Amino acid sequence: MHTTYGKGLRGLSIAAIVTIGAALALAFFYAPLDANQGFIQKIFYIHVPLAIVTLCGFIFGALMAVQYLRTGDRRWDMRSYVAIHMALIFGIVGLITGSIWAKASWGHWWVWNEPTLVSYLIVLLLFCTYQPLRFSIEDPERQSRYASVFAIVAGAFVPLNFIAVRLAQQYVHPRVLTLTGGNLPGSMLLTFLVSLLGISLLYATLWKYEMAAKNARSQVRRLRRTLLGEDTMRPVGRSAAPS
Amino acid sequence: MTILLAAAPALPLGKAGKFVAAAYIVFMLVILIYVAIMATRAQRLEGELSELQRDVEAARRGNDAAADREPQESVL
Repeated sequence: MHTTYGKGLRGLSIAAIVTIGAALALAFFYAPLDANQGFIQKIFYIHVPLAIVTLCGFIFGALMAVQYLRTGDRRWDMRSYVAIHMALIFGIVGLITGSIWAKASWGHWWVWNEPTLVSYLIVLLLFCTYQPLRFSIEDPERQSRYASVFAIVAGAFVPLNFIAVRLAQQYVHPRVLTLTGGNLPGSMLLTFLVSLLGISLLYATLWKYEMAAKNARSQVRRLRRTLLGEDTMRPVGRSAAPS
Repeated sequence: MTILLAAAPALPLGKAGKFVAAAYIVFMLVILIYVAIMATRAQRLEGELSELQRDVEAARRGNDAAADREPQESVL
C-alpha cells in the first residue's frame, strides 16, 4: 500500500511555528520572574518540554517497534527508527540546555549526585547505541528485528527509570510537574503547557518531515529498480537506516 | 515590533541573561542545522529524480529506435 507522509505537513509546520512563537512570547513577556531563581528559570520553558518530548519519543519508537514485530511491515521499523532518531536530537538539545541551567544555578555544568540528571544521561546513552547496533547488522531483516527488540526493551526502561527517580528520597532537581499540579502558579503553568505543546508539535513535524523524505527516497529507488532493472542500481553501502 | 518592545518589560541582561540566551540559541541553532541537512538531502533527492528521468527518457528513445528499425528489417 502506498503511504504519503507529506500530507498535512504544511499545517503541522505552521501550527508548530505559531505555538513555539507563542510560547517564547509568553515565556519572556507574560510569565513572571521566579521568586527563587529569577530570570534563569526561563530556561525551564524549553529544557523541561525537550526532556519530556525526548522520553515520549523513545516510548513512541518502542510502540512502533512492537507494531513492526507484530506485522512484519517494514514501514513500522522506519517509523520507529525515525522516532528514536528525532528523540535523540531533542535529547541532546535538552541535555545542553540543562547543563547551561546547571552552570548558572549550581555553578557546575554537570553533577553526578543528582538522580534525575544521571538517569536521563543513562537513557540517552542507551539509545545512542541504537544506531551503531543497526549499523553492525548487514542483513536488513535481521537489522530491523534486532533493532525493534532493542527499542522495546530500552523503551520499557524509560518509564521504569522515571518512576525509580521519583521514588528516590533526596531531591535537588526542581519538580516542575507533580500529581498535585506542581508548584507553578497559573501564568507559569500556562506558559509551560504552551511550550510543551510547541515542542511536541515540532517533534511531530520533524518526524513527519523525515518520514516524507525517507519515503520519497525509497520510492525513487524502487522506481529506478522497476524501470531500469536491478543491474543499473548503484551499490548502496551498509546503512543504519531502514531501506 | 517597536510597539512590542515598548510594551515588554525590561529584561535583566546581566549574568542570567547570557545563560538564557545561550540555551535558546542552542535550541534554534540545532533546528536550523537540522533544516539545512534536510535541505541538502532534498537537493540530492531532486538530483536522483532528474537522473532517473534522464535514464527513463534514454531508455524510451532506445525502444523507439528499435521499433522503427524492426519494420525495415522485416521488409529487407
